[in-house]
Amino acid sequence: MEYFVQQLVNGLTLGSIYGLIAIGYTMVYGIIGMINFAHGDVFMVGAFIALIVFLLLISLFYSVPVAVALLIMMIVAMLLTSLYNWTIEKLAYRPLRGSFRLAPLITAIGMSIALSNFVQVTQGPRNKPIPPMVSQVYNVAGISISLKQIIIVVVTASLLAIFWYLVNRTSLGRAQRACEQDRKMAALLGVDVDRTISITFIMGASLAAVAGTLFLMYYGVVVFSDGFVPGVKAFTAAVLGGIGSIPGAVLGGLMIGFIESMWSAYFSIDYKDVAAFSILAIVLIFLPSGILGRPEVEKV
Amino acid sequence: MATTPAPAAGNGDLTSRALREAFYAGIIAFGLFVLLIGLKTDQNIRNELILVQRWGLLAIVVGLVMVVRFAMVAYIRPFMERQKIVDKATGLLPDSFAIRFFRAPYFVAAIAIAAILFLFGSAFEVAVGEHLSVYVGLARSLAIIYALAWLFFTFRAFIRTNLAVIAITVLILYPIVIVAVFGFQGSLKWVDNFGIQILIYVMLAWGLNIVVGLAGLLDLGYVAFYAVGAYSYALLGTTYGWSFWILLPAAGIMAAFWGVILGFPVLRLRGDYLAIVTLAFGEIIRLVLINWREVTNGSAGISGIPKVSFFGFFTFNVSDPNYIAKVFGIAQSGAYYKIFLYYLILALALLTAFVTVRLRRMPVGRAWEALREDEIACRSLGINTTNTKLTAFAIGAMFGGFAGAFFAARQGFVSPESFVFLESAIILAIVVLGGMGSLPGIAIAALVMIGGTEILREMEFLKKIFGADFTPELYRMLLFGMAMVVVMLWKPRGFVGSREPTAFLRERKAVSGSFTKEGHG
Repeated sequence: MEYFVQQLVNGLTLGSIYGLIAIGYTMVYGIIGMINFAHGDVFMVGAFIALIVFLLLISLFYSVPVAVALLIMMIVAMLLTSLYNWTIEKLAYRPLRGSFRLAPLITAIGMSIALSNFVQVTQGPRNKPIPPMVSQVYNVAGISISLKQIIIVVVTASLLAIFWYLVNRTSLGRAQRACEQDRKMAALLGVDVDRTISITFIMGASLAAVAGTLFLMYYGVVVFSDGFVPGVKAFTAAVLGGIGSIPGAVLGGLMIGFIESMWSAYFSIDYKDVAAFSILAIVLIFLPSGILGRPEVEKV
Repeated sequence: MATTPAPAAGNGDLTSRALREAFYAGIIAFGLFVLLIGLKTDQNIRNELILVQRWGLLAIVVGLVMVVRFAMVAYIRPFMERQKIVDKATGLLPDSFAIRFFRAPYFVAAIAIAAILFLFGSAFEVAVGEHLSVYVGLARSLAIIYALAWLFFTFRAFIRTNLAVIAITVLILYPIVIVAVFGFQGSLKWVDNFGIQILIYVMLAWGLNIVVGLAGLLDLGYVAFYAVGAYSYALLGTTYGWSFWILLPAAGIMAAFWGVILGFPVLRLRGDYLAIVTLAFGEIIRLVLINWREVTNGSAGISGIPKVSFFGFFTFNVSDPNYIAKVFGIAQSGAYYKIFLYYLILALALLTAFVTVRLRRMPVGRAWEALREDEIACRSLGINTTNTKLTAFAIGAMFGGFAGAFFAARQGFVSPESFVFLESAIILAIVVLGGMGSLPGIAIAALVMIGGTEILREMEFLKKIFGADFTPELYRMLLFGMAMVVVMLWKPRGFVGSREPTAFLRERKAVSGSFTKEGHG
């Protein structure tokens, strides 16, 4: 039982990171109907920016309190990663809006290749390990919970609360939901569609940057190719939850996290990704539009 | 950036606007690159990460971005606008500009320069010294490229009407010309790295074209079938020693079988759900290849895959009694095998093209195209969409399997490394960049994208310009990714953006790409 709860905690941690990335996928999909393939690499760029800020901090100041360091890393990563996603949207996706559906998908794949290779060229192809930032581990009723895991879950939960407020209670969120339902009508009613889409990309990138910072803190290492696997998992999570649905993305992220940690604990660690992907396929056979996705209504 | 089209503004206005935009672009570039280019994470002797400062490089990059942005707003964009008014862009460049650029005297001059540099190149290189000698070679290549482009442009109407005949003739003559110019040993690189490599991608892209371009099913895991084909040949060939000619169809059948297995669960899925499941399928196959060590030998891969023989008449193994050099009494060379493989993949690719062209005229091909255009209408007309989708997956996968078996035979070694998602993405990119459904377009896209990145390996002169530690290979995939974006922005419907209906009444009319929607699975 303790072992099971332990895996639950691990899965929750992993799932929080996937969930944060998945929101970026699902929001962009909801609003402009494209798979932002570069999102995983945006997450990786966020992790790298956090890494460089961390190294800057320890080289400029002799010692920095961990909480302050994490906060600064997160904020800088959020700002600069948002700038990346904003620029990508302007350069590669906006000119193709209204073009046929595969065109932005191809530019997104191109951007994904370009981003990861850009980081490889500028920062080198090797693993970038950092010294552990937080190492406390608490023992609660036989289950060991590390401070890292608590930070991840708390940060994710509070961000989701802020995010929920933004989407559901502000005029910005209303504009986003309006664009999601009908872009042309929203534009006619005075919503600045371009600006709303830009902000959506900025929000997605900020969440991915936080996920990148947490990823760096949790694993203590990052490499230029790290965008792909978490990116694909998060995308899987978004689809599993029902693409376009924000609660679905979080739910999907948690599910993928649980599946992975349970599978590695009880079956085989080698096949954990196979398990996650297979469950995706099985779920989609029975629920073709994901768990919380709205079924597509076809109008003829 | 600024999306408003340039109004008929004065020159001073334009310059100040361009300066302003360049300034903004500079600020954005500074923000993007300040940490990732300005600072480099590096390991010191104690294996700790340290930061290396590179502010000079950052300044150069930001400056470049500003200059490019300025030129874009002040010169290039107004130029393109004018060109658009002068002539609706149809070819690679707006015609009016191209006509001014490709003039007969220039062609003669280019030929003369190329000839002089060929004949007296070495003398020149000695005369200008070590440092400048690279530019002699560069000038020679530029002259040759210009002359070729001139030929293409001048005879474009003739080339367009006889495209298939010309292309096949050129492809058949290619190794002969290369051997004549560079000799057997020197031809290896050109036949193998360029010819075979590009043709493999052409064949894969034509295979994927059946699924994506004709049936409109977005498949992000095509490389899985390539892997199935490669491993089928590798495993059966090394374990049982069966011949390539038996295993080639077997690999195709295996891949088609897996195509149907993938097809069943995704029949009900649409669009992007289909995309993610195919992607997941590709990853599952790769992960199984990595982890099922007893059979596939894990990430170490399978080596010692037997070579292809010429239907058993003669082989390409030096130790065999019927080795080609012994049979014909000629000198030993590894080039024979490469040239043979070149013709083999050419034949396989042409087979793919032939089957695609014929299938498009058959009921199943028309059903694919109907499915691509509108699934509901298709079903209402009584087409069995299940069978239609499954045959598309199976036939597309079969060609992937053929290409995979060929790949295994060519490399003599397979490992899961070769079947990553990036390969699927590249193949899909070639299909879309070429113009979905268009066989010549896809072949051109493969030539440009794969040939372009391969040629970067050959850019030795860049080393002499930028210093010895400059490795152009490093920038290969970065440039590939950026090229994908640029080509897509420039031609959103691919190189060949219109398509001809295969079924027509009385007269054949090209349908502009903008009238058709595609790729909704």
